[in-house]
Parts: sequence; C-alpha cells; structure tokens
Amino acid sequence: MATDTVTLKIKRGEAKGASTWEEFKVPRKPMMNVISCLMEVQKRPVTTDNKSTTPVNWDCSCLEEVCGACTMVINGRARQACSALVHELSPNGEAITLEPMTKFPRVRDLVVDRQRMFDSLVKTKAWINVDGSHQLGAGPRVSQEDQEVMYPLSRCMTCGCCVESCPNYNERSDFMGPQVISLARMYNMHPSGKMQAGARLDAIMGEGGISDCGKAQNCVQVCPKGIPLTESISVMGRETFKRALFGWLLKG
Amino acid sequence: MAAKSSILTQSGTVRRAIVVGGGLGGLMTVIKLCEAGIPVDILSLVPVKRSHSACAQGGINASVNIKGEGDSPETHFFETVKGGDFLANQPPAKGMAYAAPGIVFMLDRMGVPFNRTPEGNLDFRRFGGTLFHRTAFAGATTGQQLLYALDEQVRRWETIDVEDDKGVTIPGEKMVRKFEYWDLASLVIDDEGVCRGVIGQDLKNGELRVFRGDAVCLATGGPGMVFGRSTNSVINTGSAAAIAYRQGATYANGEFIQVHPTAIPGTDKLRLISESVRGEGGRVWVPKDRNDKRPGAQIPEGERYYFLEERYPKYKNLVPRDIASREIFRTVVHEGFSAEGQRAAFLDVTHLCKTPSGKAAVRKKLEGVLEIYEKFAGQDPYDNPMKIFPAVHYSMGGLWCDFEKAEDGTLKAQSARNQATSIPGLYASGEVDYQYHGANRLGANSLLSCIYGGMVTGPAMAAWREGAAKSAFDYGSALFDKALAKAKAEHEAFASRTGSEFDVNPYQLHDELGDMMLNKVTVERHNAELDEVLGKIAEMKQRFKRAAALDRASGTMNQPVVFLRHLQGMLDLAHIITKGAREREECRGAHYKPVYDPELHPNDPKAVGRDDQNWLKTTLATYTPEGPALSYEPVDVSLLKLAVRDYGKVKKPAEAPKADANAR
Ligand SMILES: Cc1cc2nc3c(=O)[nH]c(=O)nc-3n(C[C@H](O)[C@H](O)[C@H](O)COP(=O)(O)OP(=O)(O)OC[C@H]3O[C@@H](n4cnc5c(N)ncnc54)[C@H](O)[C@@H]3O)c2cc1C
Repeated sequence: MATDTVTLKIKRGEAKGASTWEEFKVPRKPMMNVISCLMEVQKRPVTTDNKSTTPVNWDCSCLEEVCGACTMVINGRARQACSALVHELSPNGEAITLEPMTKFPRVRDLVVDRQRMFDSLVKTKAWINVDGSHQLGAGPRVSQEDQEVMYPLSRCMTCGCCVESCPNYNERSDFMGPQVISLARMYNMHPSGKMQAGARLDAIMGEGGISDCGKAQNCVQVCPKGIPLTESISVMGRETFKRALFGWLLKG
Repeated sequence: MAAKSSILTQSGTVRRAIVVGGGLGGLMTVIKLCEAGIPVDILSLVPVKRSHSACAQGGINASVNIKGEGDSPETHFFETVKGGDFLANQPPAKGMAYAAPGIVFMLDRMGVPFNRTPEGNLDFRRFGGTLFHRTAFAGATTGQQLLYALDEQVRRWETIDVEDDKGVTIPGEKMVRKFEYWDLASLVIDDEGVCRGVIGQDLKNGELRVFRGDAVCLATGGPGMVFGRSTNSVINTGSAAAIAYRQGATYANGEFIQVHPTAIPGTDKLRLISESVRGEGGRVWVPKDRNDKRPGAQIPEGERYYFLEERYPKYKNLVPRDIASREIFRTVVHEGFSAEGQRAAFLDVTHLCKTPSGKAAVRKKLEGVLEIYEKFAGQDPYDNPMKIFPAVHYSMGGLWCDFEKAEDGTLKAQSARNQATSIPGLYASGEVDYQYHGANRLGANSLLSCIYGGMVTGPAMAAWREGAAKSAFDYGSALFDKALAKAKAEHEAFASRTGSEFDVNPYQLHDELGDMMLNKVTVERHNAELDEVLGKIAEMKQRFKRAAALDRASGTMNQPVVFLRHLQGMLDLAHIITKGAREREECRGAHYKPVYDPELHPNDPKAVGRDDQNWLKTTLATYTPEGPALSYEPVDVSLLKLAVRDYGKVKKPAEAPKADANAR
C-alpha cells in the first residue's frame, strides 16, 4: 500500500564537478505529479536525514506537457516531470529517482542546456520562407489529408526525450536527431515550404544528418507526443535517396 | 535619429532595440522590427519556444466568414467591446478586429497546420460570446502551433546578417540575438525619464549586464502566479510588469482578472479545458439531485440539470467567460450542486462520442485538450463527463498603453504613440498590456491581440527610434554603470539574506498569497473581504523583508534567489489588483460585487450592475512606497454606442430544479 509520503532521490550538481544524491520525503497528495513534489521541497528544503539543504533547481513552464521545459530522467526514463504522476511511478511508496538528461551540458541540478537542439533547427532551415508579414492574402490551400499528417509532426516540443534515448546522439557525434528530420518532412510537405525542399534535404544529407541514424527506434517509443519519428525518418530517407541519385539533374 | 548611422555607432557597435519576452506578443514585435531593418536583442526567462503562449488551446479569432454566416470585422469589433462590458478603448479594439483576417492568413502562410474544410480552406469553430464560427484552430493546441510559427520566423532572422545604412553586411552581426534564460532585473531610465535599455540577469550564472536599446518592449505575458494556482504557466509571475511599475510605468485596470469557467482542479496547477470543447458541442451540467454522487456517466439524461442552456437559451454553453464562471460558481457554491459530490460541475462531450465516427471527429478537433484531462485527471473524457471548476486565467489589466486614432477609427499606422507605456521609449505588447479587452476578454481574442499588438508595436518602436533626438548608444557609460550598480546591489541584498533573522520561506509566503487571492479576489468580491486582503498584503510585504535566500551559491544558477525578485513583484501586483477591486463600486465584466447585482437585489436602488455614470473609466495605478495610488481616465467610446450587455438570460424562478429520481 502507498504510504503518506513520497520519497525522492535526486541527483544534484553544478555545471562542472561531481554529482551528489539527496533524498527527500514530501507529503503525499492525490493526483500528485513530480513537479508538485519538487515544489514541496522548495517549501521545506530538508533531506530525509534531516540535513537542511538548498531547494532543487529544475526547469518548468506550462505544466501541461506542451512546452517541453520540465524534461528530466525519471526512474531511468526521459519524460516530462509534469505528467509524471506519483501514483503511477510509486504505487507502493517506492522511491522516485530524478536525474538531469545526460545528452546535454548540465546547468545545475536537473537543469540542462538544450541549445544544440535549437541549433539543429537552424541547420535544416526549419521554417517557411515567407515574403514578409504584410498582407498577401490567404495562404495556400491544404487538403484535410495533408493537414492530418502535418499537424502531429508540428507538435514536437523540442523536449529532447528522443535524443536522450538515441544511442547515436551524443557528445562525440554531430547527429541532429530524429526530431529535426521529422520537422523537415513537415516543411517539405507544405505547399510553399516545398519550394525550399532541396535545401532541407541537402542539410539532412550532410554531416550529422540522416545517415547517422542507427535505426535503434527508441525515439518513437519515448516521444511523449506520439510523433511518428521513425516513419518520418524513412520518408526522408527515401527523399534523400532520390535526391542523391537524381539531384544533379534537378540542380541543373 | 540624429546620429550618422542608424545602425552602427562610430566604434562599430550595432544599435539594437530590445524586446523582453518571446511569446506571441514579443516574437511578432521582433519580426516587425526586423522587417523595418532594426536589429533586436530578445531576453526571455525560458527558451522562447517554451513560452506560455504554447499553452493556448482553442484558437484565434478572425471574421473571415468562411461559413457564409454573414460575420464581419465590424461584428467582431462590436462583440469584443460588448464582451468587455464597454471598458475597452474602441479604436484599438477596432484595429484588432479589422486586422484579424490578415493575421490569420499570415499565420497560414507561415505554415501553421490549421484544420481545414473539405475544400482546403481554413476551418473555423465557435467560441464564447458570439454566434458565429470565427475561430481558426490547429487541433486543440493552437497556441503551440502559432508560437512555433513565429519562433521559426525569428530563428530565420537569427541567421540574417545586419546591414548598415548603405546595405553593407556587418560581419558577425545577426538581426536577432537571443538571450534565453535571462530575467529582467531593471529598466535603465535616464534623467529625463526616458527608457534607454535594460539590465538583464543571466539565470545560468547570475551575471547581471547592461543592454542598451533604442526602444524597449516588454512582452512578458500575464501575472497568473499572483493567484498561486491558475491555468497559467508557472513562469507567469508578472515580475517584469511589476519592475516597470516600480520604475514609474502606469498599470491599468489591474482589477480585471478573467476567471475561466472550465479547469481541472489540481494541487500544482489548474489545467484548462478550453472553451473550444463547448464550441464543438460540449455541455455543462450538474446532477439535478444535490446528493447524487454517482459518476457522471451513470446519471441518466433526465436527471441532469443543464443550467447554462436553461438560463441562456440563445448562447447556451457559450456565454462569455465571466458569466459562465459566475453561473458555475453560483450553482456549485451557493446552490449546493456538485459533481460526484465534489465542488465541481460536469463538462461533457460523451454524447458526441457515441458513434465511432463521432468520436473520431471529436478527436481530430479536441485531442490536445482531452489528452490533458486523460493524463492529469486520469480518466477518459470520451467516455466520462469531465469534472471542472472555474480558475484564474487571464489578466485584462496590464501596463497602460497609449494609442493614436486614425480617421477610419482604427489605429494610425506607424504612430510612435501606439502601445507606448507611460515611460517614453518603453512599449508593451501581449497580455502584459491592457489595451484590447476591457472588463472581460472573449475567448480566442488573446492570441489575436498579442499578435496584433506586436504588429503595431514594432512599427511604433521604429517610429520612436527614428524621432528620438539621441540614440541610447551615443550616451556615455555613466547612466548604464549606475543602473548596473544598483541592480547588483539589489541582487546582493537578496542573495545575502541568509542570517537567522530571515526566517520566512519565500515559497510558503507565495502559497499564502496565492490562496488568499484565489479565495477572495476572483469570481465574487466583497468589500469587507477586500479590506481584509489589503491588510494582509501589507502584512505580507513586511514579512517579505524577512524572506530568506534559500541558496547561497553564486556564479551558478540560483532559482531561489531570483524568486525573491519575482515574489516582490507579485506582492505589488496583488496590491494593485485588490485595491482596484476595492475601489470600483459596480459590476462590470469580470469584476463582480454581489451587492451591486440587480438580479440579487431587485429592490435596492444602489444595485445598478454596471454603473456607466460613475465607473465607465480606466483605473490607473502608479507606484508609491505605501502602495498603489489610483486615478482614473475616460474610456474612448467614440465609435460604438453603449448598450446593455445582454446574452438573453431568461428570468428563472428562484427555485432550482428538484430531482426526478429519488435521492441517493
Ligand atoms: C491554458 C491556456 C489556454 C489559452 N488558450 C487561448 C486560446 O485558445 N485563444 C486565445 O486567444 N488565448 C488563449 N489563452 C491566452 C493566451 O495564451 C495568452 O494570453 C498569450 O499567449 C500571452 O502571450 P504573450 O506573448 O503576451 O506572453 P507569453 O506567451 O506569456 O510570453 C511571455 C514571454 O516573456 C518572457 N518573460 C516573462 N517574464 C520575464 C522576465 N521577468 N524577464 C525576461 N523574460 C520574461 C517569457 O519567457 C516569455 O517568453 C490561453 C491561456 C491559457 C493559460
């Protein structure tokens, strides 16, 4: 049976230097999530062995799993802390472990710097080249069918769960990760995004691109938004293959 | 601008403008500045892609009239003003309504995956306060998709080189520089009272530094955290607006806080269930029998009390939010109805999901919201009526802004007055301003006002910069050094609160503030309680002086010390909100005092409801060390006649329904 407290084991540390583990017990409430546990620690920053310590630093914003900020490794798996419910993680009072993601430089405690993911979006030109924000009339028509493919792809929060689980994404490789490839697929489908499809494919065919994917398929299993990442990779794989074969013709 | 080059100083520094905040309001401002050729620095607490705008679910309004219902921007304008109980200045509201179709088309061109009609046009759905299908949407995560579209455009500007006046590229300088994980520490204001830049603090290492800026915009969003738990992101403390207020900016209509009718009760946050759920046919009800504790799905149709539909046969579940919230509050709190015995009502889409095709259609349009219920309430909303209760959602009030009316009644294009705060050189756009929604905002009008605000602010800042006698970049360093030293001293004063005399945990103090504000300054306001709250705020401000720096670390991220700055701001904003509410003796939009409700007191001549004779005016709060000083200014009502705000409520017998079934 569940106890009346929640036990948290938290890996803490600075940007550089060793990590330490601290354990906290906080009062258990119905429908509690990991964020509300961390909030309790802020209000009473005392460890289980009664040592007073500092509140834990962590990232969060929306608390409803649309911003991606509060991603951390919870019981060994990267996910958002807001949607990590205590009664599911610890039905019988088991301790919950919290660690920062490992694929990004640590800032402090559970906060990491995911700039690399945003930089990849620059490489693949993850945008539509609009002529400007002034009035140019209605946009291009899009079929319901295409919208239903693009919308789920557009829900990528750049949270990092996919790359955290990807064996090929690490400090030693330049791999940009599945999320970028999936977004490039979305822009390449869009009626005006298509016009720069070649440039995006070139980026994906370049260094750190699609050929670095080892097809481990972990990404699609951990994506909190259920984005069909591996499907996107195979679609873009075909596209890049075509471009590699016939691209010189198209380039003229 | 008098300088030789409007882009470069003599020593080769790029003259930038500053935008603090990268939600929809901020990003749109940045895009407009860039298009005007002005390089920008953006500061944001979080990577801009994680801004609160991502939370918006339901959609964005524009009277495109795709369904041939006869909708028009003029109707949108009227309904916005009526929805806001005539407290909004009319020219900005008109400008917004008329710009809306163009804004939605622009977003569509930027690649937002809006839902479509069979012909491939944008699809529109219904929202509150209107009978038209006026709301464009991308599933039920519209804010996320809009934010990402603007984020992408700004990222593109991050790759574009700055060019000098002759069109020569300046090596290494890009049009946009982002400073993410930066907090606003203060504004830099010169002796003439003009804003010349900001002091920012790098949250990753605590470093404070100067940003000079030829025009500064705050686009820092709303102050939901003043109420502890709300539908807002937890970064929405309103700290930046509070800093501007302390440094002299006027804060307007603070007492107008929107309470959304349908949110999931929770301990860390009150998660929103969007109005779009009702727009797509969701119904609000309670069991007719006050003692009925059965799960919603087990209660037969005949034993349900659809109180909004009965009371408002025309608008039904889509009355404006202030009205829906009050009705739910009244039904549950005063009349004693409940959902499963809890302080809640049901919001129900299960009747739409009886067939597989019906369920699929609901999923296509509402999945993003319904999955929030599924994940956080742990129940499948396709089969079970959801349990909801009102929650603090949006601030109509915010930094006071100017505007210049054009001949056609909208805003004069390129006027430096538009969106200008009371501090020259300082602008505001997005939820942090007070400009568009009067006493109550209509659903799906905020994403619109944020983007429209940005579209107006960019050109206004460009005009101001153009007209300024001197650029911030041509001042000596003394002004900036002084501001930096002051910010460092303030930070140091917070960081060194480590002795035993600092015995208050700031997070606990925030909890207390939030609980009190939530209980006493939201749906129903009573003067005696407001007086009590004002007393408590004064006492909490005293206790804040003893609030501890819970972490001594320096040179690294230190969230507890930064929180002290934000808590100080929240205390100031709570004061503005409560004092504004205490003074305003009427019922208008979201501001409701039962003693003035003619429905409750039909024979009391003082119970006039909305009191245009005395209270058709904007509340202005300015900072004094003792608390906000209030004054008032007239509302611009030059375009539309004042009207009764009627949504066809039927006069009901005071008696609530009796249960058909036996009490359980
Ligand atoms: C759950 C929910 C659903 C909603 N749904 C809808 C909807 O369907 N339709 C609609 O029209 N409206 C909706 N709204 C309202 C709408 O989302 C917001 O009003 C709007 O997104 C605010 O945008 P903004 O640009 O003003 O600010 P935000 O998006 O809040 O951005 C503020 C920015 O400022 C930065 N910032 C804040 N403080 C500081 C500081 N001190 N220093 C530095 N940077 C700072 C932040 O990092 C962020 O980048 C909804 C709101 C909520 C809560």
